[in-house]
Amino acid sequence: MLLPHWLFSDRAGLVLLAVLAVLGVGVPILNLWVPPDHPLYLSAYTVTVLGKYLCYALLAVSIDLVWGYMGILTLGHAAFFALGGYCLGMYLMRQIGARGVYGDPVLPDFMVFLNWSELPWYWHGFDHFGFAMLMVLVIPGLLAFVFGWFAFRSRVSGVYLSIITQALTYALMLAFFRNEMGFGGNNGLTDFKDLLGFSLQADGTRVVLFILSALALAGGYLLCRWLVSTRMGRVLVAIRDSEDRARFLGYRVERVKALVFTLSAMLAGVAGALYVPQVGIINPGEFAPLNSIEAVIWVAVGGRGTLVGAVIGAVLVNYAKTWLTGALPEVWLFALGGLFVTVTVLLPYGLIGLLQRREKAA
Amino acid sequence: MSELVSELDAAGLHTPIEPVDATHGILLYLEEVTVSFDGFKAIDNLSLYIGDGELRCIIGPNGAGKTTMMDIITGKTKPDTGRVFFGQTIDLLKLDEPSIARIGIGRKFQRPTVIEPLTVLENLELAMSGAQRLDRLITARLTGEERDQIHAVLDQIGLTEHGGRLAGILAHGQKQWLEIGMLLMQKPRLLLVDEPVAGMTPAEMERTAELLRSLAGSHSVVVVEHDMGFVRSIADQVTVLHQGRVLAEGRLEDLQVDPMVIEVYLGAGDAYH
Repeated sequence: MLLPHWLFSDRAGLVLLAVLAVLGVGVPILNLWVPPDHPLYLSAYTVTVLGKYLCYALLAVSIDLVWGYMGILTLGHAAFFALGGYCLGMYLMRQIGARGVYGDPVLPDFMVFLNWSELPWYWHGFDHFGFAMLMVLVIPGLLAFVFGWFAFRSRVSGVYLSIITQALTYALMLAFFRNEMGFGGNNGLTDFKDLLGFSLQADGTRVVLFILSALALAGGYLLCRWLVSTRMGRVLVAIRDSEDRARFLGYRVERVKALVFTLSAMLAGVAGALYVPQVGIINPGEFAPLNSIEAVIWVAVGGRGTLVGAVIGAVLVNYAKTWLTGALPEVWLFALGGLFVTVTVLLPYGLIGLLQRREKAA
Repeated sequence: MSELVSELDAAGLHTPIEPVDATHGILLYLEEVTVSFDGFKAIDNLSLYIGDGELRCIIGPNGAGKTTMMDIITGKTKPDTGRVFFGQTIDLLKLDEPSIARIGIGRKFQRPTVIEPLTVLENLELAMSGAQRLDRLITARLTGEERDQIHAVLDQIGLTEHGGRLAGILAHGQKQWLEIGMLLMQKPRLLLVDEPVAGMTPAEMERTAELLRSLAGSHSVVVVEHDMGFVRSIADQVTVLHQGRVLAEGRLEDLQVDPMVIEVYLGAGDAYH
């Protein structure tokens, strides 16, 4: 096998990639080529739900990079996810064109409703897919860099930093709720029609979005796995375990932190951009502090500092959420809280830690 | 232009790697340094000179300002007044911690601080001088020369057989040695070593004394230590700090009979003998 060493020795990662490959091939077949009355048929709804899980998993991987490896407990990562989502959402809004309720060829419905006469300057360019995709990376990355540059240079760390990240996402939520911001206020962006000319309602489009989500997760995983296998990865661990030691060895801790935080935010942005066309809406609720906290819980459940654990945690917890919010909606938040307490107290290394312990015992 | 460079210096964006100039025989100058925290003078008009290649022990009761002094030299704390120079030309007060580490001042913490989830070899590689540049974090492959340096240091600290082990499972004394080894990887001119033998067995102490003695000459070594037996075994020149200033300086034998020293420190209890 011609695998680089860092991947070859990563057994759990290879299993993950194999699973993603099987899903990427199997799910389209079961949706598109199996007749709907067949027991193995996957509905478009199921495909979309699975795609959503993969987006969450990518968000979890991005969180694990900064929390699990660099020791920064971010409680605001959903903000970067949501910003990525809004960037793609803006493109999708422009694609609607004159097909909106008010039929304005340029302005999205909510702007017509607000009696705006022209497109705000920051909406320009979003009718180009390439520009929108670039912004999916640039906007979350830029915010993370500016935020990180100031926060890390002021040596804000630990619980204080967590609180500031929480404040960041909360402030963005309040801002995006305002109609004057020009992002659809409370309702957000929705009623999307098509992406690059392909109808978002078509099964084929949904399947492609699912495949793209699987590819993005695989790519994001590989990028993070490679990064933590380099000397940079060992510096991250040094910063996590003893920031002063790293600094007195001559590492510019602030810069490393800002850089990795930015990279992580970009990954979260990509996850958000893939999420929005699949769920068909993005609104300020995505900035809610609870979303970021939930995402951290996924990582904790799967096992932080392992990357694979983040994926497992994100998928399992979200599966449980889909199921519980359907069967017993009032129980979900208690279950989530209970899960976090259980994992923190009994499984500090998450499910991955449990598996490793089993393996050692055997 | 020079203004720009000095501004970049202040922001820590540009690190001048100029060779340290110790032609006058002095490597580290602290002159009339004062720093206070909330009105309390942790360091009070302290002046101290460390010779090139010298092994100096610093003793003093708790709160004498030993750790604060190290914080000032390594850039963690900026003094209110005073001058701190590395050789004739390098003003340490203008540099931040990473720059000071890169120009050749290594610091060992009181508690052994090694990166536990990494192996001994990885710890040493992390500390290697030149490894810290951002562009070398991703692309770096060890050169043969760097590999040799790592193994030489591994040998020097007596951990040759433990290179592949995780630092976290080393014995306490071995962790201390590993941290000293990490300082050596930085190719420092000055080593600041805070309580290297706390919690060590007598045999480990003996080996540590040997190690530090072997480093003097090619490096200047400043050791802060409480254990008088250990101090006696390594240094002939000892500085006594008290309430943030130098109380006395000289050979340990002379200091031990100095009435002033006895009063503030040595006489405080038999524990120090």
